[in-house]
Formats: sequence, C-alpha cells, structure tokens
Amino acid sequence: MRRERAPVWIAILAAIGAAFFLVPLLGLLVRTPWGDALRSLTSRDTLEALRLSLVASLASTAVALVLGVPLAWVYARVDFPGRSVLRALTTLPMVLPPVVGGIALLLAFGRRGLLGPFLESAFGITLPFTTAAVVLAETFVAMPFLVLTVEAGLRSMDRRYEEAARALGAKRWTVFTRVTLPLIAPSLTAGAVLCWARALGEFGATITFAGNFPGVTQTMPLAVYLLLETDPQGSFLLSLVLLLVSLVVLVGLRHRWLMIR
Amino acid sequence: MSLDVAVRTRLGALDLDMRLTAGEGEVVALLGPNGAGKTTLLRAIAGLAPIDSGHVQLDGQMLEDSATSRYVPTEERSIGFVFQDYLLFPHLDVMANVAFGLRSRGVERAEARRRAAGWLERVGLEDRAHARPAELSGGERQRVALARALAPEPRLLLLDEPLAALDATIRTEVRRDLKEHLSSFRGVRVLVTHDPLEAAILADRLVVMEAGRHVQTGTPVEVTEHPRSKYVADLVGVNLLRGEADHGMVRLGDVASIAAAGAETGDVFAAIHPRAVSLHRAHPEGSPRNVWSGRVRGIELYGDRARVRIEGQVPLVAEVTPAALAELKLGDGVEVWLSFKATDVGIYAA
Repeated sequence: MRRERAPVWIAILAAIGAAFFLVPLLGLLVRTPWGDALRSLTSRDTLEALRLSLVASLASTAVALVLGVPLAWVYARVDFPGRSVLRALTTLPMVLPPVVGGIALLLAFGRRGLLGPFLESAFGITLPFTTAAVVLAETFVAMPFLVLTVEAGLRSMDRRYEEAARALGAKRWTVFTRVTLPLIAPSLTAGAVLCWARALGEFGATITFAGNFPGVTQTMPLAVYLLLETDPQGSFLLSLVLLLVSLVVLVGLRHRWLMIR
Repeated sequence: MSLDVAVRTRLGALDLDMRLTAGEGEVVALLGPNGAGKTTLLRAIAGLAPIDSGHVQLDGQMLEDSATSRYVPTEERSIGFVFQDYLLFPHLDVMANVAFGLRSRGVERAEARRRAAGWLERVGLEDRAHARPAELSGGERQRVALARALAPEPRLLLLDEPLAALDATIRTEVRRDLKEHLSSFRGVRVLVTHDPLEAAILADRLVVMEAGRHVQTGTPVEVTEHPRSKYVADLVGVNLLRGEADHGMVRLGDVASIAAAGAETGDVFAAIHPRAVSLHRAHPEGSPRNVWSGRVRGIELYGDRARVRIEGQVPLVAEVTPAALAELKLGDGVEVWLSFKATDVGIYAA
C-alpha cells in the first residue's frame, strides 16, 4: 500500500489536537521546581498521600474485580427482565459528575443515610470520612469501567470452548476458572487497568464522601488540589508524580492489553 | 456398550425428529447435507442441545428422558466429543489440553500428566507436549483433539466433521490415522460428516438424514448401491428415479417410462449408473431398450471422466471420457441422444 499523506486541513487540525495535550504536559515539566524535588517528594505528607492513593486504588480495583466480574457475567449470560435498565443504572457513575456520586454515597452510607444507621447499630461501622470510604468512593466511580469491559469480553468469547470443557467433565466452577477467565484475560486486564487508573485519579466523590483528612482520606489528587492554594510549586511536583504513574501504566500495558484491535 | 437415542427438537428452521441406535463397538456415520440436523443430534446426545421430547440412553443408563424430566448434565456423561474445529484450549499447552478431562474428573495432577503423556505417544505427538495449539498443524490439532477426547476413557465418542477443518492435501493421511485410532477405541462411535467417502471409509454403518429426518440406514455398500434419496444418489453419483414397476417397465409419472429388467410391481427405485448411459449425436440403432433425446445442461470434469447432465423426458447424468466429449462436440445446449440397457437399471423397492 502507498503511504498516505494527510490533506493539509486535516494535518493542521490534527496538529492542534495533539498540541492541546502536549502543551499542558510541557508546562508541567517546565514549571516544576526540580531544585527541591527530592525534599518535596519525600516530605511526610506527600509520601502519606501517595501511599494512601496506591492502597485505596488497588483495594478498590480488588473490590471491583470480586464484585464486577460476577456482575459482568450475569449481564453477559443471564437473560432477565430489566437487565438493560439495571445495566444502565450500574454504569451511570461513568457519566455522572463524581460529586453527585459522592453525595449519593453519603445519602446511602452516611450517618443519616439509608444504610448508615443500620451499619452503625449492627456492626458499629461508620463509613464516612474513613479510608474505607475512599475505597468505596473510588469503587463506585471506577467499577463500571471494569464491568463493561469484562462484559464485552464475555460476549465476544467463543462459548463453545466452555462446551468443550463441559464435555470433558468440567463442573461449572472449573469451566469458569480454567476456561472462561483465561480466555477473557485480555478484557479482564484491560478492565482492571482502566478501573485502577480511574480510581487513582478520583477526586469529586472522594472529597464529598470521604473528606480530606491527611493520612486517612487525603489521596494524591486531593493533596495536589489543596497544595495549589498553599504551595503551588509542590502541587506541580505532585502532579508530575501522578503523571509519571499514569505514563508508566499506559506504556507498560498498552502493547499487551490496551491495543486497539 | 450401546446407544439408544430418540430426539425431537425444533431449533430455528430445523425440525429434528430422529431415532438412532448403535451397538457395541460400532462406528456409525451420520451423513447428510448442511442443515440436516446432524450436529444438533450429536449435541443433543452430548446434552449440549436441549430436546423437546425423546430420550438418550447409553449402556442402559438413561442420560436424558423427557417423559421423566431426567437430565444428566453434559459434564456427568461419559462422552468424548471431537468438535469440528477442535476447540483446543488456546491458553493451555498440548499436554494440559489432553490432561484437562482427567483433571476435571478428579485425577491427580501427576497421574493425569502421566496418562496424557501416554495418549500423546499413542497419537505420535510426544515431542509436541509443550506446544500451544496455535503452533500445531491442522493434522496435529486433530490428533490432540482426539487424544483429549479419549484420555478420560469415555464410553461414547462423538466426532463432528473431524476432517472438515483440514486441507484436502493432508485429509487422506489424517483419515487413515483416524480410522486406526477409531478402531482401537472400544465404545460406541458416532461421527458426523457430509462426505460420503469419509463416511464409507470410517464407518460400519451409515445413517443418512435430510431436513431433520431419517432417510436411510445401511452399510456403506448398501447405501451406495441402493440410494433411497436424491441427495444420496447425487452424493454417490448415481441417477435415481422413482416410479411404478410394471413387468419389465417402470412408469415415471404419467408420460415417461423406462424399460428395466427385473421390474415386477409396486413402488420402486431405479438406479442407473452414469457409466451405463451412452451418448450419441444421432438416433442410435441397437439393443438398448431405453433411447431418447435431450439437451446438454452442464458438463463437469473429474480427472479422466466427464459428467454430462442431460435435460429431457427424464433428466439423467451420463459419464463419458473427455475424448468422447470432444468427438461428439458436446457443449451446453447441444442436442444429444442417450441410451442405456434395461439390464443396467438396478431395481429395488421404495
């Protein structure tokens, strides 16, 4: 095939489109105070926020996997009335403003929420403004990405492999773990990565439902935002750290899982 | 070891209504055109396709019975299933594929691998144990699929078009291997095919089905010599006519009739091999009792023979050499005379 040359107008618009992303990244790189990078990065607050971000985002990815894969399986395999309505409702957080999600969580699990009083009286659990609330908020916002990706994987897989496994005497659980899951591994990984990245960047739902307590609920995005007021230079650096983490994920996994097929 | 199946089910356009029995050590081939319901029947035997009514019984054990709502799930049936495109698990190596059935049935890992290795040796793939299915040739995949199905030592082996996924060039060789492996298996074997040659070579008995219904059962020789449907006749390359026998004649509808030695009375099939039909440019004079004219409607070449389809009073196919084809200057639309002897017509009751 001959190599295609872009028409002038398309090339110009494409260049502007690319610059729109590159200029802010450049700004971040140029304005970052490299001089006190090490001091800022190893400050207790920063390390605390980074640790909390990693722990909470990984925990919410784990929760999303445990609950989201079965949910995706049900969506893909079980035909029941109201399925599409339920699917729409459970994927709503993808388009919902995260702040609204945070308020909704507060109204469900808050001290005066739907389930909050019950959780408190029955188990002595109060969720809001705890690290668990961070995980909950991140899961709420991020899990739909996993559910939809895994559901698509389940729908596109060749189900006859499952029949082949059954004909070989495999029980349903064996079929699921030894055949279905390995066959949808690419979707599973892509879904988990998308979910984790979304959880890592979560801001609105977290600050609304979990608050902003350093060491308990203050994740990196929250720390970045608040530092902007008091120590703009420090917030640049933290932003860069988040950027690097995202970049590593993208580069590390793109070739294997996130390739557009 | 025996299989007794009666299945009635509707699936889209297919209305399947079949009875099938197979005795100990028998290889039965389900032969029929695409959409006849062969694969659906096989899947119903395996418990993979739902049945509306009927039963599946293996070695006296009822696996499924609509009368009592009994249903033994696929994974609890003692079957081996070789799928058309093999469906080897792409994420497992050859060894793990073959060991899968044993592991699923609770055999310990080391023991399962030991037995799987034995099966790989039997099918001549011991040095491919750690290859992924994607790295295998078509013939190797077929052998892995067979080893995988046989490793748990099922009582019934089901094969769905086991050679269809292979190139024509290696099919003959793989078919020979398959026949050998099939004969070393002692249980009932049911295979699905649309290739009469494959069926004749691999099976002891053919069951011909069309549009979900049974058409004919018999040994390969019986079926090829006495086809009972246009489909089978076309498959084995025989002209098949049906009519009313009347002492040396067979009346085909109201107008046409043919002379046939051995025709007595009753509803009969008349089979005429294309080799027995001669073609002439002019009205032939001679002993053949059956002579009429028609027009050529299609010529197909098969190596050193040509099959000429002739339309006329009774449509027939004649087989001649390419030399004769050239000499008679035959082509589409050319008018020819054809003849065949009354003694070349095989007559059997319909």
